[in-house]
Amino acid sequence: MVDKPPALALRSVSKSFGAVQALREVSLQLYAGEAHALAGENGAGKSTLVKTLSGLYRPDSGQILLDGEPVEFHGTADAQRAGVEVIYQEPTLFPDLSVTENIFMGRQPRTGLGRIDRPAMRARAVELFGRLGVPLDPDQPARGLSIADQQLVEIAKALSRSARVLIMDEPTAALSGNEVARLFRVVKALREQGCAVLFVSHRLEEIFELCQRVTTLRDGAFVASDLITDITPDDLVRRMVGRELEALFPKLEAVPGEVALTVHRLTREGVFTDVSFEVRKGEIVALAGLVGAGRSEVARAIFGIDRWDAGRVEVAGRRLRPASPSAAMAAGLALVPEDRRQQGLVMDLSIERNIALAGLSAVRRGALISRAAERDRARDWALRLQLKFSRLSDAVGVLSGGNQQKVVLAKWLARKPSVIIVDEPTRGIDVGTKAEVHRLLSELAAEGVAVLMISSELPEVLGMADRVLVMHEGRLVAEIPRAEATEESVMAAATGRSAA
Amino acid sequence: MSGPETGLAAPAAGSAASPRPPAPRGDRLVSRVARVRELGIVVALGVLFGFTGAVNPAFLSFDSLRDILLNSSIVAMLAVGQTLVVITRNVDLSVSSVVGLSAFGGALILADHPGVPIPLVIAGCVLLGALCGAINGLLVGVAGVPALVATLGTLYTFRGIDYAWAGGRQVNAADMPEGFLSLGSASVSGLPLLALVALVTVLVVGWMLRNLPAGRELYAIGSSPEAAVLAGIRVRRRIIAAFVANGALAGLAGVMWAARFGTVDATVATGKELDVIAAVVVGGVAIFGGSGTVYGAALGAVLLASITSALAVLRVDALAQTAISGALIIAAIVLDRVLALRVAAALRRRRYRDAT
Repeated sequence: MVDKPPALALRSVSKSFGAVQALREVSLQLYAGEAHALAGENGAGKSTLVKTLSGLYRPDSGQILLDGEPVEFHGTADAQRAGVEVIYQEPTLFPDLSVTENIFMGRQPRTGLGRIDRPAMRARAVELFGRLGVPLDPDQPARGLSIADQQLVEIAKALSRSARVLIMDEPTAALSGNEVARLFRVVKALREQGCAVLFVSHRLEEIFELCQRVTTLRDGAFVASDLITDITPDDLVRRMVGRELEALFPKLEAVPGEVALTVHRLTREGVFTDVSFEVRKGEIVALAGLVGAGRSEVARAIFGIDRWDAGRVEVAGRRLRPASPSAAMAAGLALVPEDRRQQGLVMDLSIERNIALAGLSAVRRGALISRAAERDRARDWALRLQLKFSRLSDAVGVLSGGNQQKVVLAKWLARKPSVIIVDEPTRGIDVGTKAEVHRLLSELAAEGVAVLMISSELPEVLGMADRVLVMHEGRLVAEIPRAEATEESVMAAATGRSAA
Repeated sequence: MSGPETGLAAPAAGSAASPRPPAPRGDRLVSRVARVRELGIVVALGVLFGFTGAVNPAFLSFDSLRDILLNSSIVAMLAVGQTLVVITRNVDLSVSSVVGLSAFGGALILADHPGVPIPLVIAGCVLLGALCGAINGLLVGVAGVPALVATLGTLYTFRGIDYAWAGGRQVNAADMPEGFLSLGSASVSGLPLLALVALVTVLVVGWMLRNLPAGRELYAIGSSPEAAVLAGIRVRRRIIAAFVANGALAGLAGVMWAARFGTVDATVATGKELDVIAAVVVGGVAIFGGSGTVYGAALGAVLLASITSALAVLRVDALAQTAISGALIIAAIVLDRVLALRVAAALRRRRYRDAT
């Protein structure tokens, strides 16, 4: 197949934003029938490359080649016409419209007179979900779908357009184990049908399982393009970071102290039922389970975002007022949410403003906010978390995902919480930053903070947690001590096969 | 990560691996009602008519109902246009000035040049409105000025042009041809012509919004502008089109105004934009875009006109009427919101029951 020109290729493409050179002379060849991995740390230029291929960005120099012919994409519509489809890391759906409409927006099947053929459209949606093996309700509005379900809608959307080139930007970040397995089956089938797949992932094991070739970027520049059979995971990590990586899960030993957080028989009707557990000072407790098991919902209820119907929450022995985030904060709780773009940050505000946001009283001088105090606080935490930025006054939206996550962490750590709940703390961030976040959580625990970590990544759960709590369909079904926690024991509980 | 094959279902996914058991009849009703956002306003209308009719049965007489329809048709027409814009997460404050400009322009031509055919005048007014809408659309869609600011600017600009053009002049009914004025009072088998025009507009635009790709794209843009770009929707073009259509409808509403009231000067329809936006919001169109229908907006306009009439029939002190209609608007919105929340809670409970 190498004799044929690549279905889609980049030739010495460069792209910069102001002073930041996001891509420098990058080349890439995607062949039909091949899955090609794109690896690199956050900020390496992967997202820029994806957006260039999808027509969202125009390269400053260099060429895009379609079947060997130079093309220019003026917007995503051009790329889509050429059969280039992107599944973005964060699903971009229309919350007010139905699942079916989301799939077919912009190219609905029509009857004569240009009228949308709704029955045909719905039937095709049902058929697509049949192919994916997921019984999603095609009439349901996208609002309220879990991220995993939204992702499935995105995939159905791309499938419906019979893509020739499928670009997947971290599609597995929010999926549980068997959802990943199912996705891989779909991708392999597409590949066998002659599709070229570009697969962006931070999970090395996925790259090695799925792809035939891997291209690595570092700081916007092309590092190498290898056949997967020619390299080892260690080689790949070295290409990505340009240095040997420290231990991925630098867990410090900590002696658990007194109980910091008690959750007793907490129930929110229709969401989770009878959830009880404790987290001690200096302890990292992981809350594992499949996506949709109710983990984030428990965290939201503890922090007072959602009301609970029964049960109680105590922080350091004192009962917490329900449905009041400010009471939770005053009691020393912090919540680093799952969705940092929507819930964790104000994307248009500056880095320093975002960091100060959860602790405005600390930067207040009389009735006014002191810019100097705000900046000092931000600088301290930016340094401590090794944030990469050009100016503290830059909008947080320009940072890479990993650095955005650090800003959310800084915002909450600046409050010196006694209990911190982190929801998917390393989702969609690169290996290097991941290790930093892990080290940070470990240090916090060593300092006596109680950490409750929700994570869908089993290696992270097993590596970080002193204890693993497992939820299944809204109930806490298992509590597994560190010594006994294995991928098998956690997955068995998460899938409801062992009612503990 | 090697995941096993079974037990994928989770409550939030709302769907178990096994087929969902058929919902009891009451639940099906709940879910159907849940999708009819206009329910709240229909209930509000029912309450209003029930109460007022009980106090004074004359309120329910044919003539009274006919008056309410006639009084609401111009605002309903404008609410339809405004809905197109609001759905895209924009707003057009300048409609009242467009109505004023169109009403005065049309009246002036009819008064000064009686020979010009009436359909030509109407078409000209629609065109004038569309032009004003295009200016708004270009400001918002191309120049990127926030709609609130851009249309506030054109609200004053268009009105100012109107003032300068009129130069204090007033066109009276006596100056206009009888054929034109009769359009404002004519009836077709009992229904006022103007109400009929508004009704046709509502139905046609409502059908287009639901059934044409371009209509669905307006919802998509308002629901998530970023996702709309990614879906390959030509966002600018659609936004401009929404403003042009709204302007054209405002132009048509302007002629209707001239025909109905007969006396036209440069101050026509001043302040009407707020009635229109109130009608749209009361009608369940989300002010941040993405959802709502023109049927709801039109019903909103009817509800507002009904409140005004009801207060008069109930002999409420004229000086207090404005405050009371404001309070009733809020009551209608609260009622709608409470209904929506209860239905959402019912759906949540049902999903849970299905999942377990």
